[in-house]
Amino acid sequence: MDLITLSVIILFIPLLGFVLTLFTGMNFKWAFLIENVLIVLGFILSVVLLYNKLSGYLDTDIVSEFNWINLGIIPFFGEIIIKLGIKLDNVAVIMNFTVFLISMVVHLFSIDYMKGDKRYSRYFAYLGLFTFSMTGIVVTNNVLMMYIFWELVGLSSYLLIGFWFEKKSASDAGKKAFIVNRIGDLGMFAGILILFVTYKTFSFQEIFNAVAAGQLPFNSEFWLTITGLLLFCGAIGKSAQFPLHVWLPDAMEGPTPVSALIHAATMVAAGVYFIVRIFPILSGDALLIIAIIGAISAFIPATIALTQNDIKRVLAYSTVSQLGYMIMALGIGAYVFAFFHLITHAFFKACLFLGSGSVIHSMHHEQDIQKMGGLRKKMPITYATFLLATLALSGIPLTSGFLSKDGILAGTLAYTSLTGNWFFTFIGFTVAMLTAFYMFRLVILTFHGEPKNKEKYDHAHESPFFMIMPLVLLSGLSIFIWYTPNPFNADSGWVLSKWVKAPTLSVPESARYPFMVEEQKQESIVKQEEEVTFSHEYTHAMHSAHVPTIFLSGFVAGLGILFAFLFYQWKKLDPNKLAAKVKPLYNLSYNKWYFDEFYNSVFVGGTLAFSNFLRWIDNTIIDGIVNGSATLTRGVSKVSGKFDNGVVDGLVNFTAYFSGFIGLLFRKFQTGKVQTYIVLVIFSLLILLFLFKSF
Amino acid sequence: MVTVSLYHYLFVSTILFSLGIFGIVTRKNAVMVLMGIELILNAANINFVAFARYGNFGFQGQLMALFVIVLAAAEAAIALAIVLNIYKVFSSVNVDEIDRLKE
Amino acid sequence: MASFPILSWITLLPILGMVIILFIPKNQEKIIKGLTLLITSIQVILAIVILAGFNYAKGGVFDASSFQFIEKFRWIDIEGFSWIGRVKIDYYLGIDGLSVPLVLLTAIICFISTLSSFSINKSVKGYFAMFLLLDTGMMGVFVSLDFFLFYIFWELMLLPMYFLIGIWGGPRKEYAAIKFFLYTLLGSVFILLAVIGLYFSTTETLADGSKVFTFNMIAMMDPANYSADGILSPFNPDNLRFIAFLGLFIGFAIKIPMFPFHTWLPDAHVEAPTAISVILAGVLLKMGTYGILRVNYTMFPEITKQLIWYIALFGMINIIYGALTAMAQKDFKKLIAYSSISHMGFVLLGMASLNTLGISGAVLQMFNHGTITAMLFLIVGVIYDRAHTRDIDGFGGLAVQMPIYTGFTTLAFFAAIGLPGLSGFISEAFVFLGSFGFETIRVIAIISTLGILLGAGYMLWTLQRIYLGKLNEKWATLTDMDMREYAMLVPLSLIIIFLGIYPSAMLDLMNTSVNKMVQFLSESGKFLGSIK
Repeated sequence: MDLITLSVIILFIPLLGFVLTLFTGMNFKWAFLIENVLIVLGFILSVVLLYNKLSGYLDTDIVSEFNWINLGIIPFFGEIIIKLGIKLDNVAVIMNFTVFLISMVVHLFSIDYMKGDKRYSRYFAYLGLFTFSMTGIVVTNNVLMMYIFWELVGLSSYLLIGFWFEKKSASDAGKKAFIVNRIGDLGMFAGILILFVTYKTFSFQEIFNAVAAGQLPFNSEFWLTITGLLLFCGAIGKSAQFPLHVWLPDAMEGPTPVSALIHAATMVAAGVYFIVRIFPILSGDALLIIAIIGAISAFIPATIALTQNDIKRVLAYSTVSQLGYMIMALGIGAYVFAFFHLITHAFFKACLFLGSGSVIHSMHHEQDIQKMGGLRKKMPITYATFLLATLALSGIPLTSGFLSKDGILAGTLAYTSLTGNWFFTFIGFTVAMLTAFYMFRLVILTFHGEPKNKEKYDHAHESPFFMIMPLVLLSGLSIFIWYTPNPFNADSGWVLSKWVKAPTLSVPESARYPFMVEEQKQESIVKQEEEVTFSHEYTHAMHSAHVPTIFLSGFVAGLGILFAFLFYQWKKLDPNKLAAKVKPLYNLSYNKWYFDEFYNSVFVGGTLAFSNFLRWIDNTIIDGIVNGSATLTRGVSKVSGKFDNGVVDGLVNFTAYFSGFIGLLFRKFQTGKVQTYIVLVIFSLLILLFLFKSF
Repeated sequence: MVTVSLYHYLFVSTILFSLGIFGIVTRKNAVMVLMGIELILNAANINFVAFARYGNFGFQGQLMALFVIVLAAAEAAIALAIVLNIYKVFSSVNVDEIDRLKE
Repeated sequence: MASFPILSWITLLPILGMVIILFIPKNQEKIIKGLTLLITSIQVILAIVILAGFNYAKGGVFDASSFQFIEKFRWIDIEGFSWIGRVKIDYYLGIDGLSVPLVLLTAIICFISTLSSFSINKSVKGYFAMFLLLDTGMMGVFVSLDFFLFYIFWELMLLPMYFLIGIWGGPRKEYAAIKFFLYTLLGSVFILLAVIGLYFSTTETLADGSKVFTFNMIAMMDPANYSADGILSPFNPDNLRFIAFLGLFIGFAIKIPMFPFHTWLPDAHVEAPTAISVILAGVLLKMGTYGILRVNYTMFPEITKQLIWYIALFGMINIIYGALTAMAQKDFKKLIAYSSISHMGFVLLGMASLNTLGISGAVLQMFNHGTITAMLFLIVGVIYDRAHTRDIDGFGGLAVQMPIYTGFTTLAFFAAIGLPGLSGFISEAFVFLGSFGFETIRVIAIISTLGILLGAGYMLWTLQRIYLGKLNEKWATLTDMDMREYAMLVPLSLIIIFLGIYPSAMLDLMNTSVNKMVQFLSESGKFLGSIK
């Protein structure tokens, strides 16, 4: 079987699961097993796919497409054939594997977690729909299909977030997620429009080739930048970047495994993945703006996460922050590490979410970390896996998170050394410290110390096997050994040295970052030490940034952890006092920088007010005119009715009266007596005789 | 010696006719009205015979007069029957009271 | 088969049915309903036969020889009297790629709404007689190629609609019916004037070489047929073509309905019985856009191009205005009615793009909107039949009580907001691709994309208010859908999903015609322009 067929089968397996489970779930108690079996099958097949691709076709992309809509040659446009297709490159198969792995563990985790829910099988059906949509995003070779599955992901996320729709907050959150995503999608759609109008195709590769050949949207580099940014809007929505990050924390209303699957590992990663896909056509200016958005999104949620008390919300903000990291990394050119971080983050963040699910499950749906504590003893395995994932997220050596984060930080340093811009480096290290701090705050408040809610604590227990197994698996994947033999240098690992490579840029050289311009091959530097990313200059900068980064990042992470222990474990410092001291800052953080309030009052309120105003216009003005003209017509008709009755009818009636009068007069002659008539006849004859006498 | 000329006959018939008309118009009794009609018919008969005598018509005038006499008899029979019916309905033969035509 | 007058059958069969129904005693309601169902299902079969026999390579549009299933014979021929001259009217039917989707749509929607009409129990005989008459009127508009005939069918549909709303409607039915009637009649007057103008400007050469005035629509599309001094002739320097264009446009725009002529629609919808709402939104509105495409575009190409920016602008206003106004509605049915206005805006925008993508998108959107909105109105009907209220805020949590119904609703709602994989997406995407590809209206296209966002906004908000949340105890006795409702919603759902996955089924059907239309517009516009 060739890989394309395999990939198509993998793509449609979850859809099959969705359809079967949805339709059998009504009456068949074990319907959820269909979905679970299928997803395990899908996972096995994606392992096969991964293995075959990486062993057999390491450096070739496998592409296959078919004509979906064939319009033939049409006026103005030439030949338009809209194709859908699959492109299997290393990035895609790795991502495909990640999606199925996490989807599978989430499925298994949910078997116990969701037990007893009245829409049990439908839940699994939705998971299947989601997995299908996400896989579509991963394996597509064109931007239209990307958009299609992008929206389908939005739908399944809507369904899953609002799964417990009896709660108003849940249905609100689902709606918010969908609509906020749509805002981003509008931009993406506009970008797609520009691409299509310019290149008459949706295929990534064909667009790249055309850009490389010098064909630009509206023939200007400026519009290339705009196109890139519009497409990036889609990523802003899906990956919950500033300023559209507001939906993600609310999305925590969904079941916790869903948060692990969608809002940590896969759906939100789609935005980053999309940027990875279109990276070759992003100009320097676009990348800079992307980096700035990423930096802001990394920083703001990190500050918010410091003060949140809901275990899932902390993780949610942490997710936004880490996604911002990835976006920033892409923006400054650390392409490989961004993707690497996407994968490692997917594993340990899914682990964290599932761990929090395990905690919530055993605490009977208590999510407030202020009411937890001491769970370490009750739930040792959950604790261990959670801690390991936290270490990875904080970027402690020997974890996968260290490798990827370190790479990104090295990227920022290299960027600084090449451009002199310190902003991203500063943000990068600050956020690293904040991350370490709030994650350990979370761990300490949840698992360490004394239990604050004795009753719930007493009932707490370690979770069943199907919930523990995924935790162990995912935390195991947070260790360095899967990615590289050298725990301090990711470059020597197989992931980065062989599998994932920065793509060839298509952007005209004048529109790139200066350091992304390849040097003229004037000298015979045949000293091919290793792969050159973008340019020798850049590769050198990355190398020289590597060692300082290790120490610096280790230092800031350690600092963050130290403070967390000082505040919460050893109580040397009092967080409440500090909060009181910097009250405005604390409030800002606690209230999430007032984004929701602002959006609600300005955009939502504004739109609603405007729509009410339009309804008023419709009912009052436009209908007023219509009804007014009707009333006017009626008025006029009344007047003309009066005229009709008075004048026209008057004339008619006068005629009638007049003739009546005459009749009255002549009636006198009509006696009914034959004799009278005869007299009249005789007189008449006589008169006639006199009259005609002369003739 | 006064010779009897056409005008004398005509003069008589005119008187008869006028008497007949007078009878029709003034009498209230339907039978009297019928008698008026008889007078008018006889006035016409005189005219017929007189014109036949003085004109060059052969016997046509007399023949016509005979027809009229027969007709008058028939007519009188029918008319009297009508009068009888009228009397039955209205209990009167006074033509002033019989003014249904007005309606 | 070639000689079988299939278009006449599909058009006039309902009238036949109406006549038969008039002879059925009043109390035989089952027979009347069954007969109507039989007739509409025969119509669907005929439509499928047409579809099967349709030649995709033949374009039609302005080329009489490539229309299909043509039926043409002399209908009225009065030898000249005074200045009018010889009046010759043909019975002329034929279809091309632009009308086939709509014929199919009409057949399907009539069938579905017959099913929906089964719940009618007030003077059934009159209802179904009117219903069938309406059916003929709609079908006739889409198949006639003679303007006189077109106009007759156009008006024919008006009267039954008036009675259907005015007798079987809701509490304010008289107001709604008269509003509908007057509005549309106003439009018809404009159309009639333009038709008469066109008639006296166009001549047709008969076999014996003599020239007579003609109502032949295809003849009206060819400048060569215009007499030099006709008031609507492009050769006449003082022609009134601009005014005639506007007259026709307004006449058709009222039917769409285009802002600001739209206020009859919400009232008519709210008062009409479910089945009539379905027909109104599903088919009737398309007559407006179809008219513009069939008449304005082909007979006045140069003015169309001149005013194209405004057409797009009104499309945009429809999209955004409709969506925003829908958001503020409290009545479920009114909300759907306004969403119709918004969606018909996409049709206008697509048509304004003057290229294949946009016009294909527009025609496809007509079909898709027909099916999707029909489904939405049926959904409103389902809940109204049970709860006897349409107040959005009065519901809540129906998803708990009626899960299957909610499933169908979700499908329809997401189709309406253009979710990929469902039919609405393709048409909207094509409309945007087309209109963005046309430089003149590019900015309008970009602004119109806001409609997608707003659509998602009000649809999801409605979904939430009616179906999600805690079950309102008042509705704890409602039952889920019954077989008849399945029979209505399942076919529509299948069509929506099928066209979402395989849009080529519909696009291929119209592609040749649309290309021809675009070619015609680009070339003949130039030709006419040079005359002026």
